[in-house]
Formats: sequence, C-alpha cells, structure tokens
Amino acid sequence: MIRRQRLAAGVCALLAALAAGIACPGGAAADETEPQPAPKVELVLDVSGSMRTRDIDGGTRMAAAKQAFNEVLDATPEEVELGIRTLGANYRGNDRREGCKDTERLYPVGPLDRTEAKTAVATLAPTGWTPIGPALLKAADDFGNGDGTRRIVLISDGEDTCQPLDPCEVAREIAAKGIGLTIDTLGLVPDAKTRDQLSCIADATGGTYTSVQHKEELTDRVGQLVERAADPVVTPVATEGAGSCAGAPALKSGLYTDREEFGKQRWYKVDVRPGQELRASVSVADDRATNPNYGVLLRAVTQQGREIVRGESAGTGRTDAISTGLRYPKPESDDDNASPETVCLQVTNSFSAAAGVKTTPGMPLELTVDVVDGTSAASDVAAFGLGRGWWLLAALVLTGFVAGLLWGWLSRWRVAVWRTN
Amino acid sequence: MRALRVLSAALLTLGLAAAPAAADSSPSPSASSDGKAPTQAGTSFRTAAEMDQGQTATASASTGDYLYWSFPADTGQRPTVKATVKLPDAHAAQTWQLDVYDGLRRHQSCQYGAATRTAEQGTATVDLACVLRTVRAWSEPWANDPLPGTYYVRLTVLNLGSADLGLPVRAEVRADSMNIGGAAAVDGSLGKPLVPGIAVESPAEKDGSKSAVLSAIEPDDGWSSHWWSSRWVWTAVGGALAALAGIGGYALTRGRGRPAYVPPGA
Repeated sequence: MIRRQRLAAGVCALLAALAAGIACPGGAAADETEPQPAPKVELVLDVSGSMRTRDIDGGTRMAAAKQAFNEVLDATPEEVELGIRTLGANYRGNDRREGCKDTERLYPVGPLDRTEAKTAVATLAPTGWTPIGPALLKAADDFGNGDGTRRIVLISDGEDTCQPLDPCEVAREIAAKGIGLTIDTLGLVPDAKTRDQLSCIADATGGTYTSVQHKEELTDRVGQLVERAADPVVTPVATEGAGSCAGAPALKSGLYTDREEFGKQRWYKVDVRPGQELRASVSVADDRATNPNYGVLLRAVTQQGREIVRGESAGTGRTDAISTGLRYPKPESDDDNASPETVCLQVTNSFSAAAGVKTTPGMPLELTVDVVDGTSAASDVAAFGLGRGWWLLAALVLTGFVAGLLWGWLSRWRVAVWRTN
Repeated sequence: MRALRVLSAALLTLGLAAAPAAADSSPSPSASSDGKAPTQAGTSFRTAAEMDQGQTATASASTGDYLYWSFPADTGQRPTVKATVKLPDAHAAQTWQLDVYDGLRRHQSCQYGAATRTAEQGTATVDLACVLRTVRAWSEPWANDPLPGTYYVRLTVLNLGSADLGLPVRAEVRADSMNIGGAAAVDGSLGKPLVPGIAVESPAEKDGSKSAVLSAIEPDDGWSSHWWSSRWVWTAVGGALAALAGIGGYALTRGRGRPAYVPPGA
C-alpha cells in the first residue's frame, strides 16, 4: 500500500513538472527603422500630334491625360515630390533632328504647388514628335542626386520616332546607373508596336505596363502609381561583387544591389561569429528578353574553397526574377575569443540572352544578408524527444504491465523462499 | 473482484488515452480583425504588400504585372493560399500562376491545389490555390523545408497573347492555415524567424517619419515559442498508463488477499 502511494505521488510530481514546464521566450521581430528621403515621381507626358485623336470615351487623348493629371495632382500625397516633363510639346516643324530634341521640363521635381502645376498642364497642346528616349534621359537627370525611390510614369500613345536611340536600351542604362529608379508606362489606345516598346521599357526597370482604353483607367492607374511611390520602401545599398572571394566586398546585414552579366559570377564576403546564423537570399531579375529556361545558384563557401551550403533555383517561362536563399548556422564555440569566420557568397546565374539582345549592362541582382544571433539546433527528430500516438501508449502500457507482473512474481517468490526458511 | 478491477483499469486507460487525441485538434488561429487588408499589391519582394492570415487582400493591376504579397506563417501551420483573378471582358486564353516563396526567397512547393491554370478565351475569373507543406520549427540548413517566418505570394500571368498585355485585372488573395499540431512538432528551433531584414539594426527614428523595413511581419499573437506540443500530453499520459498497468500487473500476482469470511487471528 505504501509503495502504491509513493508511485502515485511520483506520477503526480511528474505531471506537475510537465504542466509547469519552463517556457522559452519566443523570437520577437525587432523594430528596425530607417529615416526615409522624400520619394520622387516624374510624370512624363507625350504631347505629340497624335494625342489629338478623339478615341478615349469620345474625347481626345490629350483631354483624357489633362483630366487625369488634374485629379492626380489633387490626390498626390504630401510627402511625394512630383515633377512633370513633356515630350513633343513645342516643335512643329518637320526636321527630325530638331523634333527629337523637343522635351521640356514643365514643372520641376520638388514640393508640389498644385495650382501652379495645374496651370502648366492646362497650357499644353498636342504638337510634335515622340522623342521617348531623350525624354527619359532628361527625366532621369531631373531627379538630381538624392537618395530615395524615384519613379518615372511615362504616358504615351505612340512609339518612339527618334530611332536609332532605342528607348528600351535607354531605360536599361538609366536603371543601371542609379538605384531604385522605376519606369512605369501607360499606353493610350496602343498599337502592337507601341505596346511592345512600352512594355519593354517597363520590364527593363522593373516597372509595370498598362494599356489604357478609358479615362477612368488612366486616372486610377496614374494615381495608384503615384501613391505607390509614397509607400516607404527600403533602399538597397549599391555594391560591386568581385570575380573571386579574395577581392570580394565585405557585407554586413542589409539589402544590397548589384549587376550581374550573363554567365558571370559575383562574390561577396560575410563575417559570421560562432553562435550566429547567416541568412542570405538573392534574386536576379531578367530585365530584357531572355531564353525561357534559366536558373540561379547561391553558394556559401569557406575561404579554403569548401562549399558549406547552397541554394539553387531554376525556372521556365515568363518571369520577373529568379531567387534563392540559404542559411548557415555556425555552431557555438567554447572559446570566447573565437574569431569570426569569413564566409564567401557566390552568385551565378544561368540566364541566356535572347537573340539580338545586348548583354550589357548586367542584370539587376538583389542580395539580402541577415546575420542573426542564436543558431538553431536539434538533438532529436521529435520535439524534446517526446513521443506521440497510440503505438506509443500501447508500448508503454505493455512495458508497465510486464514490469508489474515481474515485480509481483518476484516478491511472491521472495516471500515463499522466506517462509520455507 | 479481480474482473471488476481489470475492467475499471481498462476504462481508465480509455479515458486517459482519449485526452491526447483531443489535445491535438486545437483550433486554428483566428482571423485577425485589427489592421485592414491591403488593397494594393507590391511589384517585387522588396515592395510586397503585407497581409495577415485570414485577410482577403485585393489589388487592381494590369495583365502582365507581377503581384507580390507577404504573410506570416508559424510553426505547426499548414498554409493554404488562394487567389482569384477577375479577367477583362474580352481576352484570349491566358495562363496564370501562383508562386509561394519563403523568407529566404526560396520557392516553396505546393502539396495540392491548382497553382497554374489556363483561363480559356472569354472566361471571367481564374481560381488558383496552393497548399504548402507544414511549417516546421526547425530543419537542417541543407533542406528546403518551410520554416516559420515571412512567406511571399507572387501572382502573375505566365503566357498571354500580346494584345492582352496591360489590360486591367482585379486580383484577390487570401492565406489561411490549418493547425497540424503535435504530429509535426520537431525538435529544435530557429534563433529568429525567417523574416528578411530582421538583423538590420535600426537607426534613430525621426518623429513622425514613415519608416521602411524589409518585412515587418509578425503573427497577431507573436511567434510561437515552440516548446509546447501535444507530445507532452501523449508522453505524460503514456507514462501514467504504464504506471497503472504496472500496478495492475503487480496486483494480478498478489491474489485476493485474506478471504473475508476468515475471522481475524485464525
């Protein structure tokens, strides 16, 4: 009887210990913030002669654009610095060379004076050529040197009339020069050629292309794009990876951007102390026409060239980017003065350019690096080595029962032996 | 008497054993009511619109846009992402695809669900779905298992006639999850959830200025601490049953004790 009570007490103590189990604090997301420079948007409006065409809800394309601009100017968020540039607004002649220089800054990028901007828009009359390429180059200059997101919204109704300067190449060059510049394009009742050109410009900079058939669509979309610019976004830091680990730039936790050419590799270095975990993810964007099968490989390699872990991804078909990531928890060290390990990160891609597509500048590469404290480890497959399920219960019950029987028989036998003696 | 004892032990066994089974079917996390569902989508991982599980995020976009959302998923959850695209009135056949990436931007496979679907000419909507694998608390660094953290959803059209490029569409995305419970409870845990930018140190915040983070995502009730699972109940109940069975087995060998009709001292 006493033994039974003890047993029961033992079980109770075990259950109590389990119920009171020590809770580990959960990993909480840290509040990391960054003061934001003002987002800048430039609206680039095509004021070429073809904007006179009356095919948007019975009005001219120009009228639709003006109305959209008025409404968007009213709704522009306070923090956005907005500018307006026109193309083909002034030159009426037939000289192509002159016509292709015709782009004018209607309203400078800066804090918005709505009345002034509206007055400027009201004076516009459809006139000349469609020099998209030169206008984009000038628009990129309008932003100046500040940080922060920069967005060009290009509204056009026809393809560029100023070849051989391909506006698509121009857009790619502009995007390669600066960080965080996006060109969104809107085609007003576009034909196939215009559509191809405008969507090519958008793809080259990670922007979007919209085909507009109605007035409201134009207003909604331009408004949406301006608002989107106001959303705070982390600005990546430009870096330049090296061709080998030895000369690679040392990175800390953060978001980085780089350019990687077709078939080339980029190396970066990250220091990881014992007990820290390195997390890296990379995406390579295809900003031009590429062949439909592609991939990306991210490798973490020791300085001696041993591969620690890799992330790889492959894809097929239309895409904006291909991405992969890896994580490398460096185990705790007993030595308090253990020096950090330098891990080399290698990024390669297997994109191939479609026929007739320029391979320079390289494709945009985005790299996030996080070195977090606290590695992860597991000593067992199941949580805390615990069991679960009916088989577990059956096995335990059977074991307990057999143990009880044996114990009982043993004590009977002992009593019998004692009695006979 | 012995039969009664055995019967009561058996009943006790049944009753105790039912407890862990009940502990497994814990309710799935409820939809959050705070914070509005996003009405815009992002256009890249960096700008992905953040939503909570159980919210229906909407966006108006142009055919050909790459739309990004992100949501948090925690240990033991098996997320299901559903998307509906309302197509323009007239369009040619187009194929839409839903991709899910984890916090390391690794592509995550769908167990079930039509993640790629072709809308025939003139169809009004396309429905896409993707049921992910169960999110584990830990996995080896060389594995691609889903881990707690941010999940990115990308919705895009895969192929389309060029005449349809840029036409307006509306998209709805929703992420829900089923709680798998102790069956998926593994040992170990991550130092921090797989939230991109979680290690970036915060510079001094200016008053009133909007701040940007790569991903500020967190479940409504915080990330789970991983230590609790129904395995504790199963194991504890198993231990208790084993003890009872041991007592039962012992009792079987003891006989009935002194018969009641025998007078004391006989």
